[in-house]
Amino acid sequence: MSYPDKKFIVEVIQLIKSLMNFCEYEIVNSRHEISIFVKPDDITNTLMFLKDNPSLNFETLIDITAIDYPNQKERFLMVYNLLSVSKNIRIKVKSRITEKFSVSSVSEVFSCANWYEREVWDLFGIRFTGHPDLRRILTDYDFKGHPLRKDFPLTGFTQVKYNDVSRKVESEPVKLEQEYRDFDNLSPWEGMTKHLPGDEKS
Amino acid sequence: MKNLNTTMTKTENYTLNFGPQHPAAHGVLRLILELDGEIVERADPHIGLLHRGTEKLIENKTYIQALPYFDRLDYVSPMCQEHAFALAVEKLLDIKVPERGQYIRVMFSEITRILNHILNISTFALDVGAMTPFLWLFEEREVLMEFYERVSGSRLHSAYFRPGGVHRDLPENLCEDISAFCERFPKSINDLEKLIEKNRIFRQRSVGIGKINIKDALDWGFSGPCLRASGLNWDLRKNQPYDCYDELDFKVPTGTNGDTFERFLVRVEEMRQSISIIQQTIQKLPKGNWISDDPRIVPPKRNLMKSSMESLINHFKLFTEGFHVPEGETYTAVEAPKGEFGVFLISDGTNKPYRCKIRAPGFPFLQATEFLSKGHMLSDLVAIIGSLDIVFGEIDR
Repeated sequence: MSYPDKKFIVEVIQLIKSLMNFCEYEIVNSRHEISIFVKPDDITNTLMFLKDNPSLNFETLIDITAIDYPNQKERFLMVYNLLSVSKNIRIKVKSRITEKFSVSSVSEVFSCANWYEREVWDLFGIRFTGHPDLRRILTDYDFKGHPLRKDFPLTGFTQVKYNDVSRKVESEPVKLEQEYRDFDNLSPWEGMTKHLPGDEKS
Repeated sequence: MKNLNTTMTKTENYTLNFGPQHPAAHGVLRLILELDGEIVERADPHIGLLHRGTEKLIENKTYIQALPYFDRLDYVSPMCQEHAFALAVEKLLDIKVPERGQYIRVMFSEITRILNHILNISTFALDVGAMTPFLWLFEEREVLMEFYERVSGSRLHSAYFRPGGVHRDLPENLCEDISAFCERFPKSINDLEKLIEKNRIFRQRSVGIGKINIKDALDWGFSGPCLRASGLNWDLRKNQPYDCYDELDFKVPTGTNGDTFERFLVRVEEMRQSISIIQQTIQKLPKGNWISDDPRIVPPKRNLMKSSMESLINHFKLFTEGFHVPEGETYTAVEAPKGEFGVFLISDGTNKPYRCKIRAPGFPFLQATEFLSKGHMLSDLVAIIGSLDIVFGEIDR
């Protein structure tokens, strides 16, 4: 059997459409990967349904992540990546949320969601209600800010160094010895499709 | 009134800080342990001491520049991770890899698997008191890294795979040397087994320690050898084959108990299967191109650049601007030696990824340490961490 099995993916989509009727959703098949868009309040129910329904059986939560779209009204897109070992199929549950929204935690549904959610909180600043232990996980102990947001600079805000006099590790505002070299290599021929410089004159 | 004859002494749990620099922590792991005597009551791993912001950096690099970051994630299995990224980019670009490129990639993915398992098995044995496997097997590991060096020029951070194939063809005589290694290496595995498998101390330290059943393992997001040790026959190379894995014949070893000892056994058997896969790829290695000839993605050959202006421009464009990847997203996973290593790549149509989420197999493993070690002794915790195959490069990212 070759993977991905395109017929089977279509079948699963039909199956979900016929079984899932407790909320509004949109189901998309792009590049033979299934995504379901649900409202943020329905995430937990959807995951529970996908996990427990005997004809779907998505037993494993592979990953939780978010994507930052700073220019959109609903800033973040939450992505829950599920895998069914028994049916050999993957699915992504997605939901658009605003910056202030706090998502309900799914750590009751999948044990492994605990750290995934801590990671999303740490890197994106998305809050989870009902999470048992929402601490930072990847960044330093008293780190400020959420690094994977698009408005967080690549160099960060602080740098640490060892102070020989006070014999302590201290943090100070970031100071670049050399200017950060951000080459805009997007080609003016291919990258710009709409507004070419000088177009306003014609 | 005080009861002077009391035999019950009041005990208190105490907290122990394990790491961040501890030889048995396999890197920079800081564990806050709550112990009742010697029994672990609670284990709270503090990670992130090796956090380098790989995902953020990748958002600011072109697709080709992003590739070497994957070597630095799990630094004992670099090529498998490049493989995941290369496959993800290929999927978005919708390009085909020539047969020869696929076979070379699979060959080196399996060499990587042996490389990783040698490190894991031998350091695990070292943690529980057996020093010899470490000394014996690291000699073989060095030979494998020499193969790395011969194809890519570096022993560890190879950056050999590319979207579209591999960077260069195999050098002369490499296949013969790898074959010779495959002939010789099973003897080392047998020696290891003789030394350790029936060893009383090793068994006492590992059998029945850190058990996990299939249901819990799936609930905790396990994959790879740790999941197979629990008895589930799940291997992405078989179940969701990528590249030429579906043309190769190999077995997927599984365990029954899912304890520390079986995780070790599964890895040992996987090394044997990898040897067989490498031998098959050498036998079947097709002739032809090792990288796709699509000029939009793959730079022109060196000698062509010396004579053709267009090739020179093409080369310059590819290494400054890079290639544009059509808008879209994909989650592509490979069976890395540790488990499912996935890349969730989102492209907005420019030359840089909009978001690249790396799914590291070690992350859920470490999360489950508390689940696995509760009620075990402190010394068993070391065995559990060793058997989970934890490398901080990928967990902290």
